[in-house]
Formats: sequence, C-alpha cells, structure tokens
Amino acid sequence: MIKLNRKNVWTITTKDISLFLKKKWILYSALILPLVFSIGLPTIVWYIINHKDTPIQALFPVFTAFSLFFMVLSAIIPTVIAAYSFVGEKVEKTLEPLLATPTTDDEILLGKSLAAFLPVIIMIFLSAVIFMVLMDIFTFAKVGYLFFPNWSFVVILLLDAPLACIMSIELSVIVSSRMNDVRSAQQLAGIVLVPFLLLYILTEFGVITIDVNTMLLIAGILALIDIGLFFASRATFQREEILTKWK
Amino acid sequence: MIKIENLTKKYGNLTAVDNLSLQVEEGEVFGLLGPNGAGKTTTVRMLCCLISKTSGNAILNNLSIDNKNNRLEIRKMIGLLPENVGLYEGLSAYKNLDFYAKLYQVPENERKERIEYYLKMLDLWKKKDVTVGTFSKGMKQKLAIARTLVHEPKILFMDEPTANLDPEATKMVRDFILELKKEKRTIFLNTHMLDEAERICDRVGILNTHLIAIGSPDELRRSLWGKKTVVMVDAVTDSILKGIKSLGFEKIVVDNSKITIDVNDPHHDNPSIIRTIQDAGGQIQTISELVPTLEDVYLKEIRRND
Repeated sequence: MIKLNRKNVWTITTKDISLFLKKKWILYSALILPLVFSIGLPTIVWYIINHKDTPIQALFPVFTAFSLFFMVLSAIIPTVIAAYSFVGEKVEKTLEPLLATPTTDDEILLGKSLAAFLPVIIMIFLSAVIFMVLMDIFTFAKVGYLFFPNWSFVVILLLDAPLACIMSIELSVIVSSRMNDVRSAQQLAGIVLVPFLLLYILTEFGVITIDVNTMLLIAGILALIDIGLFFASRATFQREEILTKWK
Repeated sequence: MIKIENLTKKYGNLTAVDNLSLQVEEGEVFGLLGPNGAGKTTTVRMLCCLISKTSGNAILNNLSIDNKNNRLEIRKMIGLLPENVGLYEGLSAYKNLDFYAKLYQVPENERKERIEYYLKMLDLWKKKDVTVGTFSKGMKQKLAIARTLVHEPKILFMDEPTANLDPEATKMVRDFILELKKEKRTIFLNTHMLDEAERICDRVGILNTHLIAIGSPDELRRSLWGKKTVVMVDAVTDSILKGIKSLGFEKIVVDNSKITIDVNDPHHDNPSIIRTIQDAGGQIQTISELVPTLEDVYLKEIRRND
C-alpha cells in the first residue's frame, strides 16, 4: 500500500515547475514544440489543398497520421523535463537536503513525475485543440464535415498520449540514475522515441491502419509497459540507492 | 538525545563505520572529527535515516532508527546541513525556505514568521527575493543554515559547515553556530577543522572508521597527550641528558637547545629537572609546559591508528 501526503507531492511538483519555467531551453524545446506542430501541420495541409490537385480523400490517411504526432510528442518532451528534474537535482547537489525532509520516496518520485507530466499534457491538449480547429477551418470546405475530433484522435489524446508521457518519465527516472549530465540523460531517454517513429513509418506505408481499435490496442501495450517501468523506476528511486549508488 | 550503539555500515567488503558507540546529551554540541573517508558523513546519513545501517542501532530523542515507522518522525525532528549546501539556485532565498518549510509541514501562519525571522537573523532579508544563484558562498551557507532551522528541529546535523568557505564566511558561520549553542540546541557537527571543533564543541569524538577517542577537547589533551616540560638551555650536553635520564624520565626529545621531557606531575618533577640541569653545568633560559592543541592530539591518534 502506497501512502502519500498529497501536499508534499504538490509542493515538489510546483517547485519543479517554477524551476522549469526559468530554464528557457526547457521552455523552448519542450513547450513550444507542440505549438509549432499544431500550427505547422495544418499549414502544410492548407498549402496542399490550395496549391496541389490532390483529391481530398487521398489526404485522409495523412490527417490521421498527423494525429500520431501528438502521441510522439508526449513521449519526447517529458525526456527533456524529467531528465532535468532528476539529473539536474543530482548535478546541483540538491537531492540530499530534499531526501532529508519528512517525505517518502514515493512522494518525491510522484511529485517530480507530475512536474514533468502536467505541463506536457496541458501543452499537448492545448496544441491538439489548436490543431483541430485549424485543420477543420482549412479542410471543412473540401471535406464537407468536421474531420476533427474523431474517435481515433480522442483515444490518442486521452489514452495513448498520457500513457506515452508516463512511459517516457519512468524511463527518464531509470536513465537518470546512471547519468551525471542532463543532456546525456535526455539523449539516452530519447530511445523512447524509436517505437513511436516506427509506428508512424508503418502507418505511412499502410502496414498499420490508425483506427479506434488499433489505438486502444496500443494504449493497452503502453499501459503494460508503464506498469513494468513503474516498478523498475520505483526500485531505482530509493534514498539509499540515490545517495550511494547513483553515479 | 542521541544514543548510538555499535552502529556499523558496510558496503560489501568495505567497512565505512565500524561499531560506533557514543551518546550526545540534549543541548550539547558534539563534534565528530576525522579525515576524509573516516565515515563521518555515513554516520550522519544513518542517523538521519537516509541510508540503512548494517548492524547496531541509534536512538534519537527516544526514536530508534531501527524501526522503519520512525523514519519520517526522525526526519521531521532533525535538521541536516549537508556538505554541499544544495539550494535551488533558480529560486529566491524566500522560495527556497518556503519550499522546505512546507515539506516540514510548518503551519502556514508560522511559516512566514519563521522565514522572516531567520532571514533577518542571518542578514539576508533584503535579498529575500533575489535568486540564490547570484549569492556568494557565505550567503548560500547562511541560507542553508536557515533552511536547516526553519522547522525548529530538536537536533541539528551539520556536515563540514565551513568547508570551502573563505575566512570571513567561516567566522560568520562559526559565530552563528556559537549563537545556536547559546540557545541550547543539540548539534552534531562533522568537521576536519580542529580549531573549529576546539572552539565550538563541548565534546569531540575522533573517528577513523571506528571511534578512536571521545571526550571534551581538554580531556583529550590531558588523557591522550600527557604532560610535557620544555626546557631551553644554552647548550645541551651529554651530562645534562644523563642527569635527566637518571631521574627516571623515559621520553626525552632534544631539538638543538630545546629539551622536551614527558613528565607525570610538572609541580613535582620540574624542580628536580632544574636542579639536575644546573648541577650538570647547564644554564636554563626558559622552562615551560607544552600545551598541545587538539590538532596535536588528533594527528597523534590518527597516525597511531593508521
């Protein structure tokens, strides 16, 4: 049974978020990226519709594939924040006083994980809304109905993206225990990107069709991976391990 | 307040702390002296329930570190100043303290008062909204001390509180610890700065994996160093040395015209030493008692136990 003091968790989360907000490179690389995609992808669609003779139906798989980007982004961005959250504390030697407080390992782990999870998910949702609105504005005249939101995208946003984000954070915790440098931790945790890119490529080649069932299946797989990584990251994030074994 | 019984920490085949037993009373400032790698930080980490012990036990204010359920309570009751200040450099001084005060569950109404009190006491109030990254080392150390105190802990653990500080900052931190001593706080201080221990601590323990000696600086000087008489003569001759040896003193060290003699009782032994030197034709220029510093005692004991 995991006992948690929610106030402690939230104190750690808000502290970490206020530290991220002061790091411009985190802001630019982590939070601006989804906005760029949310505006950039519809702009490409607008260009194709207005400057090419491609039939609109032929673009439907592309629209759907674009929605996968939000799952990919949910996996990439937390590596930037979470690696800073864990390795950053280690490098700046702020972990020992934090560990000396009357907080449990789980509260610290959850607080830090939420600090990486919440800003990313908020930005992903915000970007998704912008993406959907722009896509519908640019495509409605040709499609004749609102292409977004659709059930696949809903599953991606509400299940796949959060689960991918959690997976990325958990992986970052494990990677952070072996790293002494934020950038290296980010790069290694970037390994999380590989399966999502593979998924995107397979979709582009038509090997996998993005529909509700596929996205639910992916959510199931992600959930299983998350559970496994949860136990692994929890085992890594123990006071004694951190003070004596973290490099 | 702190009772340590046969506390041992092993990392595989390496013993970091070996069978450490000692007691620290309430309101006492206790200094743990030892070279790098002696096990001082490991001891403090075990006492703060940050790492587990291999065997033995420690009781802090009636709470045993052995009992997992006590760990949060123990951490609530203590304040730890680690060797690295570990402040959030991107946050202001006030926000650093506020963060820790929240984690120590200081009630909201008291939190502001205490933060203001300690920032004013440590002359940091005017800088309360300035990010810590711009602070000097001394200011950071002061802020870290304030962080250690913000929840009014019963026991303070300070690990090398003046390491890496310039002389001015060192003096300021030492003076502040002396202020805390006046408030009768229980302080467990790790240091390898012997003058610091001598000035601040009521009692010290010399640790080199195992406890070599324990007592007040005065007691250690007396019990471990013994008494020495230093005589300066115009010239040390064989007949002077023969005469002193005939008095039964076993350890006599000659350095040019200085003779250092290990004596049992200077009041009883010095007159006969003076007489013997004069009888042997020596002219005494000065005679004095050699008062060892804690450093002399420390170095002697560490070398003896190496």
